[in-house]
Amino acid sequence: MANPFSIHKSTEQGLSVLALEGYLDAHTAPEFEKAVQGEFQAGHIQMVVECSRLTYISSAGLGVFMSFIEEIREAGGDIKICALAPKVFQVFDILGFSALFDIVPDLPAAVERYREAPVKET
Amino acid sequence: MASFEQRFALHVPSSTANLSMIRDFVGKIGMQAGLDDMEVARLEMAVDEACSNVMEHAYQSDATKEVSIRAVVDESVLRIVVIDTGKGFDPAAVEQKKLEDLISAKRTGGLGMRLIKSFMDEVHYAMVPGEKNELTMVKRLRKGGQSPLSTE
Repeated sequence: MANPFSIHKSTEQGLSVLALEGYLDAHTAPEFEKAVQGEFQAGHIQMVVECSRLTYISSAGLGVFMSFIEEIREAGGDIKICALAPKVFQVFDILGFSALFDIVPDLPAAVERYREAPVKET
Repeated sequence: MASFEQRFALHVPSSTANLSMIRDFVGKIGMQAGLDDMEVARLEMAVDEACSNVMEHAYQSDATKEVSIRAVVDESVLRIVVIDTGKGFDPAAVEQKKLEDLISAKRTGGLGMRLIKSFMDEVHYAMVPGEKNELTMVKRLRKGGQSPLSTE
């Protein structure tokens, strides 16, 4: 069986990019949590989570964003989220994530957003 | 005309590894019932959240337990019932805290139930002490099963 979830790490203009692929549910969320934790501990606090190949997210996946965002912002960093498919975006939107997180159309927009507002003003 | 009812059931070990199988199961039923892509996605998510709650809270991650998902479709509704024999809960007591407060408290509790209530037309919970717990989620279908009623 194909791996249901994978994370591809890269850097883009000094930003740490985590590109998610597959589905992020209660089974796969610990892998994402480990990846964000790893970036944070390595001092890579300006993160972009690229979701163009993310097919599904549940509250367990959203919980990963919630559990790290405060610490990361306190350290002067942020998590910007980009390229959400409409089915995935609706979940972020219904729960109010769009007010608390910078959600942008694509990776270049995330890079640009970091130039304008390194930490989202809430 | 007599109503035509179709029944489906899936029983899986209480492991999060089975969540994708559960989503596929209810997704296919939703498609067959005439839901559009977005509604199918919402149905899959609601049932995923219900089953994740059972696995984590009712069974406290004990994979030897079983989660049952029953679906009944007729011309007007799709009804999904998630059944467990673990620890029950009071859905009325599930906190509806603001997202900011949950983040500050480093808690994600209640988000799943919030999604279930947003995505389904009716949600009922019944506990039979010492026997089983049942979470029933209802999606109304437009007559003829072509597409759902708007839930906006």
